[in-house]
Amino acid sequence: MRNFLSDKIVNIKPSGIRKFFDLVSEMDDVISLGVGEPDFETPWHIRDEGIYSFEKGRTFYTSNSGLKDLKKEICNYLLRRFNLMYNFTNEVLVTVGGSEAIDVGMRAVINPGDEVIIPQPSYVSYEPCAVLADAKPVIVNLKPENEFRLTADELRAVITDKTKLLILPYPNNPTGAIMETHNLEEIAKVIIENDILVMSDEIYAELTYKNKHVSIASIDGMRERTILINGFSKSYAMTGWRLGYACAPAPIIKQMTKIHQYAIMCAPTISQYAGVEALKHGDGDVAMMRDAYNQRRRFLLKEFKDMNIPCFEPFGAFYVFPCIKEFGMTSEEFATRLLQAEKVATVPGTAFGDSGEGYLRISYAYSIENLRVAMERFRRFIDKLRVQQK
Amino acid sequence: MREEILSLIEKNSKIDIKEIATRLGISELEVADELKAMEEENVICGYHTLIDWEKTTIEKVTALIEVRVTLQRGQGFDRIAERIYNYPEVKSVYLISGGFDLLVTLEEKSLKEISAFVSDKLSTLDSVLSTATHFILKKYKDHGTILNKDKTDKREVITP
Repeated sequence: MRNFLSDKIVNIKPSGIRKFFDLVSEMDDVISLGVGEPDFETPWHIRDEGIYSFEKGRTFYTSNSGLKDLKKEICNYLLRRFNLMYNFTNEVLVTVGGSEAIDVGMRAVINPGDEVIIPQPSYVSYEPCAVLADAKPVIVNLKPENEFRLTADELRAVITDKTKLLILPYPNNPTGAIMETHNLEEIAKVIIENDILVMSDEIYAELTYKNKHVSIASIDGMRERTILINGFSKSYAMTGWRLGYACAPAPIIKQMTKIHQYAIMCAPTISQYAGVEALKHGDGDVAMMRDAYNQRRRFLLKEFKDMNIPCFEPFGAFYVFPCIKEFGMTSEEFATRLLQAEKVATVPGTAFGDSGEGYLRISYAYSIENLRVAMERFRRFIDKLRVQQK
Repeated sequence: MREEILSLIEKNSKIDIKEIATRLGISELEVADELKAMEEENVICGYHTLIDWEKTTIEKVTALIEVRVTLQRGQGFDRIAERIYNYPEVKSVYLISGGFDLLVTLEEKSLKEISAFVSDKLSTLDSVLSTATHFILKKYKDHGTILNKDKTDKREVITP
């Protein structure tokens, strides 16, 4: 029999997280700090709207690009929160989570051989999606001394005449890094000078702990060259509802909608109705969750400081990214041994790119009680390592 | 900052000053000063524990009693409420808008004791016109806490 598989797909590496997941799932009583989704359940009024939609028999397809009411509310929300102006009729596409928007967005703008600049460490799907779209991924290894922000110099250094798109993943998973207005302005300058497009993944936009998040699309001259990705998963704790969206200039959304229409039809209808409720009445829930995350963030940072583990202060998402280089192990070794010795699951930084080597992603989407126990175990583990090293 | 401290201790009166300070990003001294001030000002009136007595061997019966009263000269609601809340078995007394005036929560060891309280002590007060007693059969949620909540983490152990 012939080999029926696509070379392009076969050559894509499976996610580094998968390997660790398999290891963890074989063990009992593991305290996990490895989850990339909120620990909160979806706020009840949003779930209730979902239930109501079922009762009303809203069980049909919506239009391809999404419910009109939802697209309107998305535009109201983006204006209210981030001062972004989009037209709901032709500049919004409702997707199956932010992940679909990433995939569809890349496929809509890339021609074979185009280069896509991907800063890492970052979310696991950018690179494979770029490959699937026949682009050449160009990795920028972000530096701890810049708090894992992308600098204009780093960006300039990798731009060629083939560069088409920059992925801008802030607030960042896994580092928790953010980009502030002056950082974005420097990047925007390079982008405009070199006539490049930006895909700004702002799924964690609601979870910042210093200033309010700023979208690069709100910087002068950037709206027309930005594909904005956002969604409901992180801000409203709606991961399982699979609901996200992209906003971009009409010509780009038009092409994205074609892919979405043929591959997906439309995002889940029930989720879309729930999404309307979330955007209309969910600001209080978001604030409550943000405050809770912030308290846990401070708690973890204090713990790592007390343990003398270097960890820059992350101002976004729900991750801290401590450096474990002093122990002379790879991230994967460290995470594996921590798991085996103390049954604490973390994710090796390398799951998010080579530049994550020497770091761990620690999620604080857990209760303080949970975090406290995990940190006690973590401390015991490194105390032993330090004794052995002497 | 007061409100932030209060919202933490409202949910967990056991929380220590150090943890409050870390979580709110302020100094321990600041937390201690605020707590002391709020205790003195009666903003903080006590530190209680939420107990599901159902799961213990102690028998408790709780009743909610609607009380209609008539106001007499020189005796406002406050005076009548005081006469009721001074009984130690009375857990709470609220002045209520609507069809009746006071809502009294009463906790006793048995049904008999509750009926004795209502007939002997409450109804005999001059200002009390009538009472309606409701017994609590089961508590699902108390003080914002769901009593039998499933606390298992339903998420996958590791996700990107």
